[in-house]
Amino acid sequence: MQDAERIAARAVERHRREPSQLLQILIETQDGIGHLPVESLTRIAELLDLPRSRVEGVAGFYSFLYAEPVGRYRILFSDNIIDRMLGSRELMERLCRRLDVAPGQVSAGGEASVDTTSCTGMGDQGPAILVNGLAVTRLDEARVERIASLVAAGTPLAEWPAEYFHVDDNIRRRGVLLGEDFVPGAALQAAMVRGRHGWLEEVRMSGLRGRGGAGFSTAVKWMACSEAAGADKVVVCNADEGEPGTFKDRVLLASQAERVFEGMTLAAWATGARQGLLYLRGEYRYLLKHLRAVLAVRRAAGLLGARILGEGGFDFDIDIHLGAGAYVCGEETALLESLEGKRGTPRIRPPFPVTHGYLGRPTVVNNVETLAKTTLIALQGGAAFAATGTAQSTGTKLLSISGDCAYPGVYEYPFGVTIAHVLEDCGAHDPQVVQVGGASGVTIAGHEFHRRIAFEDVPTAGAFMVFDGRRDPFEMARNFVHFFAHESCGFCTPCRVGTALLKGYMDKLASGKGAKMDLADIEWLDRLLKNASHCGLGSSAPNPVIDTLVKFRPAYERRLVSLDFKPAFDLDAALETARRMTGRDDPAAHLDWREEV
Amino acid sequence: MSDSIGMPRVRVATTSLAGCFGCHMSLLDMDERLLELAKVVEFDRSPLTDIKHCGPCDIGLIEGGVCNAENVHVLREFRRNCKTLVAVGACAINGGLPAQRNHLDLGDCLQQVYVKRDGIEEGGVPDDPELPLLLDRVHPIHEVVRVDYFIPGCPPSGDAIWKFLTDLIGGRTPRLAHPLLRFD
Repeated sequence: MQDAERIAARAVERHRREPSQLLQILIETQDGIGHLPVESLTRIAELLDLPRSRVEGVAGFYSFLYAEPVGRYRILFSDNIIDRMLGSRELMERLCRRLDVAPGQVSAGGEASVDTTSCTGMGDQGPAILVNGLAVTRLDEARVERIASLVAAGTPLAEWPAEYFHVDDNIRRRGVLLGEDFVPGAALQAAMVRGRHGWLEEVRMSGLRGRGGAGFSTAVKWMACSEAAGADKVVVCNADEGEPGTFKDRVLLASQAERVFEGMTLAAWATGARQGLLYLRGEYRYLLKHLRAVLAVRRAAGLLGARILGEGGFDFDIDIHLGAGAYVCGEETALLESLEGKRGTPRIRPPFPVTHGYLGRPTVVNNVETLAKTTLIALQGGAAFAATGTAQSTGTKLLSISGDCAYPGVYEYPFGVTIAHVLEDCGAHDPQVVQVGGASGVTIAGHEFHRRIAFEDVPTAGAFMVFDGRRDPFEMARNFVHFFAHESCGFCTPCRVGTALLKGYMDKLASGKGAKMDLADIEWLDRLLKNASHCGLGSSAPNPVIDTLVKFRPAYERRLVSLDFKPAFDLDAALETARRMTGRDDPAAHLDWREEV
Repeated sequence: MSDSIGMPRVRVATTSLAGCFGCHMSLLDMDERLLELAKVVEFDRSPLTDIKHCGPCDIGLIEGGVCNAENVHVLREFRRNCKTLVAVGACAINGGLPAQRNHLDLGDCLQQVYVKRDGIEEGGVPDDPELPLLLDRVHPIHEVVRVDYFIPGCPPSGDAIWKFLTDLIGGRTPRLAHPLLRFD
């Protein structure tokens, strides 16, 4: 096991023994070993001079870090409801059978492990899997059979068919952001001509609001950071696109990386930041090489580094940090914790990141799309940007459309577009339910399709999942509840316990043992989660249940077997062992399920 | 609590399922307030009265979790008869100490105790129909019937039970605040 220690030590040295790099060090160590044996953690703790518990705490937090050995081929099926609708469960069973491995286990020879993971952001080309962290799309029976053979033969990933790893952009509708050519540096030049204050003023006039879901004013955020005390400001790009059903940031990073990085540089120009960090979700690791190449080109072109575009005192560069499978890290303060090499536990706000962010420094955290949009403002001016969209939601919005429609993919619409219009464009023939904004979003029923995508009406970070008449809204909500229970960071009791209880109730109903009383308990839990949780994860976890209970109540009621109470387990079956042990079968050795209270 | 002569007294039933009677001891720990309670309360089935079956009641207090078939029958009888059913103490709420066997296989447990144990010559798992069969796991009572209120504690103090009952009888939603609300 000296090998493990050596690999760990090398990763620590590569990151200059910087404790804030702990997560990156753990990811690299695992890349070298396959998992994180205790010796490696001990060695990392020694070298970083951190408590052993802190290192183990971080290693245990992220679902892509493994304390126990996993298969040489580690296969994770994206488990969003959309992947399931495309047949992911059946394909996973098939692969498990072919590889002779149970879900969540390692095969006898150690060659493969198969499990599920939260949405990998490939809803428009699923079912999707991750193989050793790399995305494989458009899975079908033929691909599963072939993958099973490749795994059995021990074929290195580099020799697998390249088309398996091909990820399409599927851009279906282009507006100003996706439609226009972009010359790197042009937006930056335009903003620098206006001066830092003039540039901030343009952003203010644009009315730009955050595209990550919360919709906070970008100009207010930038001004607050610009005015905050402290010279060492930071710009963070939140590319931890974990909301189930969302993939527009993936497409932007793949096709518009220049705009995204230029947007970060524009934020640096506005705030005076010198350091930039892009937090890339682990699921999008395949984009890392491309993004680093774009950064190198920009450095060579004088768009990053010291004296950007010859401007004395304008120094700014960007690093990329990898996530490791934790939805909660998309919350900006959890993301900052993760960037600092800690568990992704959301912080208490205030203080806000603009004054106390990354390592306590004033920090701007913006979504990928928000940053890309700032290039439009620089090039066309704030007023032109504000000319599209609605009064309180200016500009365009990228939607990630998936589910029961003919043309899933990314669509760019001016804010204010109706849901009915979007449904028609994407070729949804029998839409019954649309889940806007992902698992934490809003469930829209047919009678609401006239509603508009805008912060004033139906806000969204971009997910737009379509369900037709064959689908069951209850199963959709149950899938999301499982997702939240899995992704709860465990820090606060209302969320950690509440999401687990909610999952238990939904499973009880699904197994046909529901009672009226359970609906009352579910509603009580919904309120508790909403009001008592530490962060947005817990407070939005009951959203799909609250909405479907209001709009699709019969989907719940038809699962009820009793109006009063019904145990979640079979009482008579619970006596079976004792019956066997005693050889009894008299009436007293049974509990009649019909004898309700 | 006022002397309510002429008013029908509140009927209360109590029982211990898979419990240690510690919660009942706590009930007695109200000391002289028991006399005051007795003015407004009438006990139905309870270890205090030795009544064997529960009749229609206002309040049922359940100590202990559900570990065997008899516990299920008793609990159902209480639920059928009591307008308000209260889980009293850690075992009723979480399964408590008896639920420690949930980590073990029941078959192994019975084998170990009645067949394999040192000193047993002609062992055998008791099979008399008089004995209630064990469930494979110990359950908190709310997993078997609907429960209206929960008083945590191992056991809840006499003060907590007093506060809870006087609230309930007085028509106030029972509320245990610190320091009465405790889980140890």
